[in-house]
Amino acid sequence: MLQIDLWKRVLIWLVCVTGLLLALPNGFYTRVEQSNDAAAEIIAKGDSPERQEVVAQWPSYLPSSLVNLGLDLRGGAHLLAEVKVADVYAARMDALWPEVRDALRPERDTVGSFRRQQAPDGQIRLKISKPDGMSRALQILRGLANPITTLTGAGASDITVSGSGDLITVELSEAERLASDDRTVRQSLEIVRRRIDEVGTREPTIQRQGADRILIQVPGIGSASELKAIIGTTAQLTFNPVVGRGSDADASAGVGNKVIPSLDEPGTYYTVEAAPVVTGEQLVDAQPAFDQNGRPAVNFRFNTSGARKFGDYTAENIGSPFAIVLDDEVVSAPVIQSHIPGGSGIITGNFTIEESTHLAILLRAGALPAGLEFLEERTIGPELGQDSIDAGKVATIVAFIGVLVFMALSYGLFGIFANVALVLNVALIFGFLSLIGATLTLPGIAGIVLTVGMAVDANVLIFERIREELKAGRGPARAIDEGYSKALSAILDANVTTFITAVILFAMGSGPVRGFAITLGLGIMTSVFTAIFVTRLMIVMWFEHRRPKQIEV
Amino acid sequence: MRLKLVPEGTSFDFFSKWKIWLGISALMMVVGLASFGLQGLNFGIDFRGGTTVRSESTVPIDVGQYRDAIAPLELGDISITEVFDPTFEEDQHVAMIRIQAQADGEAISGEMIQSLQAALDAVAPGIKFVSVESVGPKVSGELVQTAVLAVVLAIGAVLIYIWLRFEWQFALGAVVALVHDVVLTIGVFSELQIKFDLAIIAALLTIVGYSLNDTVVVFDRVRENLRRYKQKDLAEVLNLSINETLSRTVMTSVTTLLALISLYVLGGDVIRGFVFAMIWGVIVGTYSSIFVASTILLWLGVKRDWSKPSNTAGNQFANVDA
Repeated sequence: MLQIDLWKRVLIWLVCVTGLLLALPNGFYTRVEQSNDAAAEIIAKGDSPERQEVVAQWPSYLPSSLVNLGLDLRGGAHLLAEVKVADVYAARMDALWPEVRDALRPERDTVGSFRRQQAPDGQIRLKISKPDGMSRALQILRGLANPITTLTGAGASDITVSGSGDLITVELSEAERLASDDRTVRQSLEIVRRRIDEVGTREPTIQRQGADRILIQVPGIGSASELKAIIGTTAQLTFNPVVGRGSDADASAGVGNKVIPSLDEPGTYYTVEAAPVVTGEQLVDAQPAFDQNGRPAVNFRFNTSGARKFGDYTAENIGSPFAIVLDDEVVSAPVIQSHIPGGSGIITGNFTIEESTHLAILLRAGALPAGLEFLEERTIGPELGQDSIDAGKVATIVAFIGVLVFMALSYGLFGIFANVALVLNVALIFGFLSLIGATLTLPGIAGIVLTVGMAVDANVLIFERIREELKAGRGPARAIDEGYSKALSAILDANVTTFITAVILFAMGSGPVRGFAITLGLGIMTSVFTAIFVTRLMIVMWFEHRRPKQIEV
Repeated sequence: MRLKLVPEGTSFDFFSKWKIWLGISALMMVVGLASFGLQGLNFGIDFRGGTTVRSESTVPIDVGQYRDAIAPLELGDISITEVFDPTFEEDQHVAMIRIQAQADGEAISGEMIQSLQAALDAVAPGIKFVSVESVGPKVSGELVQTAVLAVVLAIGAVLIYIWLRFEWQFALGAVVALVHDVVLTIGVFSELQIKFDLAIIAALLTIVGYSLNDTVVVFDRVRENLRRYKQKDLAEVLNLSINETLSRTVMTSVTTLLALISLYVLGGDVIRGFVFAMIWGVIVGTYSSIFVASTILLWLGVKRDWSKPSNTAGNQFANVDA
């Protein structure tokens, strides 16, 4: 009766202390934030005494994770964009047309003359003058198809060719469309991320949502229109001849050359000719693929003018490296192995499949692969956010004091135990929120306030039960023990049901609703923990110390 | 001396007039549904699409002037409301301007906001847009679906949970109480035409959780007392259980309301609708767990012979405490 093993006691206090420590940085929000920012700057831009000084504002032995403030509290912009994945189909078909033409030209004798017809986007339709040659034409065109390299589409080819009468239709296969949609969204995501990282704002959220949507949240930005302008900027992709390679950023480049850093290898710089051989505007496609030896590689293809320039350049410069440059950073600098005619080539290297996929994405990241349609946009000014924080703070403090006083008046000493648990409870919520890097929104604050109100429920259940047991004539120790064990099933059932709704809110909700669900769900867990373990431990310790003959709850 | 909201050892008879209570609840639900059917909810842009602009200026707001200034822009249906809040500064004048979804399907364009701001600057110099939110019709439709699905899923999930933990009569009673709470909340939102947006759905689900919390505590005691007092009839057991838990029910409702009311008064106008829904839900939820859930339980009756000796009596399982 009323015994708690030492290890349990240690564990309970340990959890509480950990929670308090994790919550601590949020009490010094601005200071910790500045310190964290400076630490990130040191990594990104190098060390400096001023930055060191700012970092030292917060001792390094203390946890430094903070609760992220949501847009409604900090101010910023929120965009939900839909990627128009179908845009890509048309471009792909247009790029395929020269190949189709070149393939059919030598077969004029069998298929006759042919002409491209008007067709919906994403299709090539052509009419041949000798319908008898249809089977031959189909055979040739099917020869243009490539196997799909994704896992789900394995075995399928990327285009379907069908003919009826004298009309041939070429379009992307269903599997390729799916693969293409996925690639398009991933590329867009990558480009958007790169665009926003360039601006250097803090903690942007850029997430894929559903099949073809991108959610972009950037705190501290003036307005959603500003954000749209940034996302709309085009990336510059160029292919430049390499003059030299070194580790000195300030090396003299020479006339007509420039020194640019490598994207993946920090400290490596390339000297390249400033005038590109070809630019990303002339690139029509880049796909992850495999070379002859089965190693991951990247296939790329230029349009006609790009192909000619690239072909001429590669023929003249076999054995020398050229740089693939994105936004003045060298993505890679492969050595030209052979003359590359026809405008398509392969970049090999020591890639993993992931890296080759990534590089293909980067190569295409020169421009957004498809248009973005903005379905939802929200701008919250920083003043409004600050007002909300202030109001939320005051409301939380008043709610807190009200509940604390009320509990103390109603349950005396036991009420004070419950109050200590309540304070711990809120600290634990903040500690957990910081730990998982959750975002606190205005409804999230409401969730915490609601938890403050509801957290006492478990204790109230227990205390009421103890009162009943005392009234039924049990001794203090027995009453406390019975009170806890009998209240347990009600506490669990009541909280599990509320927790279910919190989980559903989290799964179904978005943005602010989700923030609310997180604080509510965490609040339920911590309040059950504090009620069942913490107040109990406090009461048991008090009881052991005092050994009262009578207790009043 | 302790503060006691409920005197010790109450023995109210909650079921002597159960027909009246159920009648009142049914009537309120009908009123709520009728209001919802006739008037509809004042949906926010989350569910309807469109744009809301929250403007702030130091010049007092004249809604008519605002309207006249915006009219030449031809933005379609526009509603302008002035926002009052005790937390505002002396010269802080806030208005919410709502613009209907524009024809082209996208969210609002930057130029449109700029021209709107320019137009309003003429009547209220130095006007600031502290927030601009715009939702395209495509998303808003999905948001409605998700919201309805969330509420239905939540109710379904707890139905199953209570069914597993108790008996089906309990589950049905709890769910009727839940539906009662949700309908009354929607009814009050439609009757008072308070803006109904995504956050209100969150509030609605919290009400579901809270009301259930209350109901489950009462039911837990009912289950216990049914085992203890096998001879008493159901109405007596229910009355006893509600009286025994009454002190707790009132305590918890009061602490929760304390917290919510402070948020309502001091939390700013942005979440006032949300908090209002919760306050209403706590009151209705507390009422319904006693007067709806328990009454339904009484009405349905509970199978009570599960505690009688069964045919396992006398064999090795006889003493297993199920």
